[in-house]
Amino acid sequence: MTFLLGSGAGFSGDRTDAAIPVVAELIRRGQPAALLFETLGERTLAAAHRARHDDPDAGFEPLLDELLEPVLDDCLANGIAILGNFGAANPAGACERVKLLAEQAGRADIRIGHVQGDDIRSRLSRIDLQRWEGESGEMPGEEALISANVYLGAAPLVEALALGAEVVVTGRVADPSLFLAPLMHHFGWAWNDWDRLAAGTMAGHLGECGSQVSGGYFADPGLKDVPDLATVGYPIIEVEEDGSLVVTKPPDTGGCVTERTVKEQLLYEVHDPSGYLTPDVIVDLSGVRVREIGPDRVAVSGIRGRPAPERLKTTVCYAGGWQGEAEISYAGPNAFGRARLAAEVLRERLTFRAPSELRSRFDIIGHTSVFDSDTGDLQRHTAGQENGDYRLRLAVGHPERRWVERATQELLALYCAGPAGGGGVRRQFQRRICTASYLVKRSDVEAFATLYGTPLNDQRSHGHGAQ
Amino acid sequence: MAPSDDVNMISLHRLAHARAGDKGERLNLALFAYDPRHYEILLAQVTEGRVQALFAHRGVSQVRRYPLPGLAGMNLVLDDVLQGGVNGALNLDGHGKTLSFLLLGMEIALPTVLEE
Repeated sequence: MTFLLGSGAGFSGDRTDAAIPVVAELIRRGQPAALLFETLGERTLAAAHRARHDDPDAGFEPLLDELLEPVLDDCLANGIAILGNFGAANPAGACERVKLLAEQAGRADIRIGHVQGDDIRSRLSRIDLQRWEGESGEMPGEEALISANVYLGAAPLVEALALGAEVVVTGRVADPSLFLAPLMHHFGWAWNDWDRLAAGTMAGHLGECGSQVSGGYFADPGLKDVPDLATVGYPIIEVEEDGSLVVTKPPDTGGCVTERTVKEQLLYEVHDPSGYLTPDVIVDLSGVRVREIGPDRVAVSGIRGRPAPERLKTTVCYAGGWQGEAEISYAGPNAFGRARLAAEVLRERLTFRAPSELRSRFDIIGHTSVFDSDTGDLQRHTAGQENGDYRLRLAVGHPERRWVERATQELLALYCAGPAGGGGVRRQFQRRICTASYLVKRSDVEAFATLYGTPLNDQRSHGHGAQ
Repeated sequence: MAPSDDVNMISLHRLAHARAGDKGERLNLALFAYDPRHYEILLAQVTEGRVQALFAHRGVSQVRRYPLPGLAGMNLVLDDVLQGGVNGALNLDGHGKTLSFLLLGMEIALPTVLEE
């Protein structure tokens, strides 16, 4: 029987009403289903650790209430398991929050699966670390280290479902593993059935970024038009016991599922397509086929798998000093000349007002910014329009807050002491948390699941097995 | 490549669509021909060398290209273009998400027989 995977969110900060039509469609179909919330990236994990650093009760997904409230009741009433990595840097905190939300919905008896074992910070100095091949930086010293989280696979999540969990809360888990877990639980696939594991993993890969497979992050007016992007439907992936899969979306929603939208997401954040590494399986996409089989229905086949990698990827977060940004706008006649003069004045001021080790970058937004290098190569070699609307942006980084404050204050001073007609000054600075990736041995990781708030020795009797 | 009677210079953006993804300091750009008939043109002209030149100002250290004929596309993997990555860069776009459109600005020589 078909199992349905519905996406409720594809990143931290995603639309919080996206899950509503997905859950409505899962209920209408009446087939076994799960709802997945993927809200944890490298950036958001660092932000979560920063939040928990400042407040020990924080550190889980800040939008958790807004994401769950509209759908929790319906999912619980219809046997739709919810799995999410919204635990981020504080899964226990997120479990407590889910429990409160369930109590408010009259379901104080909710079973919440609490997945643990991704946090290896306390053991980091004692285990064998290998640098991830895409990583060039040095391992930070102990004093700068904030956190270390392993990308767990699907196994502890399957364990939570086997305990009867209705909501499964995790911290760092490989994104596709969130989707693979309910498939393993439902179909009972073997952990060495590599082709099925690969298919389930790709179902997860296609669904994990929410609308990025169904028309989000795709539109390019005139070339790639997407209907009703304001109400884009989040994906539902239909998976069969044999591992075949179809990507679709709820009816009466915006967006589109086409060969093109699926192809773009298929390779998103993939490096070698013949060896996409996840904790559960190595996926080979070299023979993959993508085919439209109906309106907003795309079949993906030809996915192969081979044995899972020996080591698991770990994200290490460490204190990276301070960063600051400040901006000022110039518009109208000679705007580019005035913005460029402002940059020159600022650059000169910083040579004697800030230490030489201050990292700095000067963009003229509207002329050259995101494509440029930190040294402004494009800015120097690109002619400006005389009459335009430009925004000078200063970005700085330094281990000490005072120099970031001082440098960005120099941009503020352009208000009166810089070129004519500057306005719209904004300034912000914050602690920077940097990340680096390493590989650890599986034997150094102990991942497991418990039912939150239930004594360990009572947990067997609460197990409900397959849903 | 100079324009000639049987070739027109056009932007890659007219022939293909792309999406960027990042992990650490590594960027991938997935590129797909709108029309599968243009796949061979992409293969011949969107080479590792040309991509390396296009991203030279960003300090790219290596470009690897993985052709995917079944998808009429390719995956380009670029190392060290993110100048610190999502948590370390001074760039407004630390992910490098906008860089798919830097690639799509590449000039392509399209034989007129392949124009519609």
